[in-house]
Amino acid sequence: MTFDAQYFDIGRLDRLSYRDTFVHHLDPRVKVIATMLFLFTVISFPKYEVVALVPFFLFPVLLMTLGEIPVWFILRKVLLVSPFAILIGVFNPFLDTGTVAVIAGIPISAGSFSFLSILLKFTLTISAALLLIATTSFPGVCHALRRLGLPSLFVSQLLFQYRYIFVLMEEAMRITRARDMRSFGTRGAGIKVFVRLIGTLFVRTVDRAERIYYAMLSRGFQGDIPSLRRTRIDVTDLAYLTAMVMFLAVFRFFRITEGIGCFAQGLLR
Amino acid sequence: MSHHIIEFKDVFFRYPDGTEALRGIHFRINHGESVGIVGANGSGKSTLLQHMNGCLLPTSGTVTIGDLPLTRKTRQEIRRKVGIIFQNPDDQLFMPTVFDDVAFGPLNLGLDEACVRERVHRALGMVHGLDLRDKPPHHLSGGQKSSVAIASVIAMEPDILALDEPAANLDPKSRRSLIAFLKTFTHSKMIASHDLDLILDICERCIVIGDGSVVADGPSAEILTNRTLLEENNLELPLSLQRC
Repeated sequence: MTFDAQYFDIGRLDRLSYRDTFVHHLDPRVKVIATMLFLFTVISFPKYEVVALVPFFLFPVLLMTLGEIPVWFILRKVLLVSPFAILIGVFNPFLDTGTVAVIAGIPISAGSFSFLSILLKFTLTISAALLLIATTSFPGVCHALRRLGLPSLFVSQLLFQYRYIFVLMEEAMRITRARDMRSFGTRGAGIKVFVRLIGTLFVRTVDRAERIYYAMLSRGFQGDIPSLRRTRIDVTDLAYLTAMVMFLAVFRFFRITEGIGCFAQGLLR
Repeated sequence: MSHHIIEFKDVFFRYPDGTEALRGIHFRINHGESVGIVGANGSGKSTLLQHMNGCLLPTSGTVTIGDLPLTRKTRQEIRRKVGIIFQNPDDQLFMPTVFDDVAFGPLNLGLDEACVRERVHRALGMVHGLDLRDKPPHHLSGGQKSSVAIASVIAMEPDILALDEPAANLDPKSRRSLIAFLKTFTHSKMIASHDLDLILDICERCIVIGDGSVVADGPSAEILTNRTLLEENNLELPLSLQRC
């Protein structure tokens, strides 16, 4: 993907979070807590677990449907970072060769299961995190983290990162465009030019940081970023959180898939 | 205490890299005056404005705002009085939403919630930006960013307003409404700009800066019609006067 396309893609993730649905209206704190609980539950499964993980897909699917988030958008992002997970697990089938099952005459190694388990956990956790960002405005998330006790220094860092990533990317885009306009073919695209480009970007960023700091001082900044955002957790939020906890507990401690399987077998008999 | 006087006495300023940006700036601006600061690129206009509230402190000489001399100790106090609007609104708008940004100053002044909301409402209303309040700054157009940047300073209700190139990047209509708005601000103000028509329109007095010192200081109507003086300083007659 080219630089421009990347830029507009990030902008799109941001725009999604300004929609107007049930999920978007939930209190950010509740969503942050729910997502964290979800992540920990998914990670807590033992390394050969595959079957019990499948029901957890209900959570991202529900969020996506209720929040009107395009499935392909999230899937593409998950695919984009998937090489990390694949690299971690891809050798498991060869290293962990103890046979645990034979399906249609083909022996299945324990490693295949752990590989599959890694992939499932990865897809679940990444899509949950992406959905949190896509259904909650970033300042909302930051504010929730602040109210949940994260030190204000970290929260300010996050807020600034969010505010200036767009400015920085635009600057980088302008610099690359200026280079491309005057580099014909491959001559200007080499690593040497690239290094200087990064240098320029860095110097400009430092200058900008100084100007921003002056602007903050001019408006009475003394170390903490104040906020007036008042959000109240209401019944819907509590209901959502309770449902989420129950859903997670049931899926974690009862073997749902097996249950459905047995039930289906019972029907067939 | 309502005397919003600005006084620069023999102000010198040298940047850490050795560049001498101000060399003996000397002027006094009285209560309620509007003063335009003009000069070539790199003549020291922006550096001068940054001395207005202690972003920079003079290497030698004194800056007095109201009845307070500018020092490391008094600059917090002075920042309550002087609102500076910087050239690039992206540097000025650092909070994630317009509302948060305009509320930043008033909250730092220690006002209570109702008062802050009231001030944000009024300031955004003045620049016709009320419907932008929940937007993040990176979704705004250039003109909208400038308006919000002005609102963010107005919300602190400063005694003195200092603007650095306020009309750069504005389309003609936004520039017009900016001019109309600035005319309603009756406290002292200083405007550094290359837009000489804007200065002619708003400021009754004009100071020409060249090479870090005051080259000329007088009524705008006199200075901005002096072709030789202007051309010596890389400027030209305001467009509205060129056809005569």
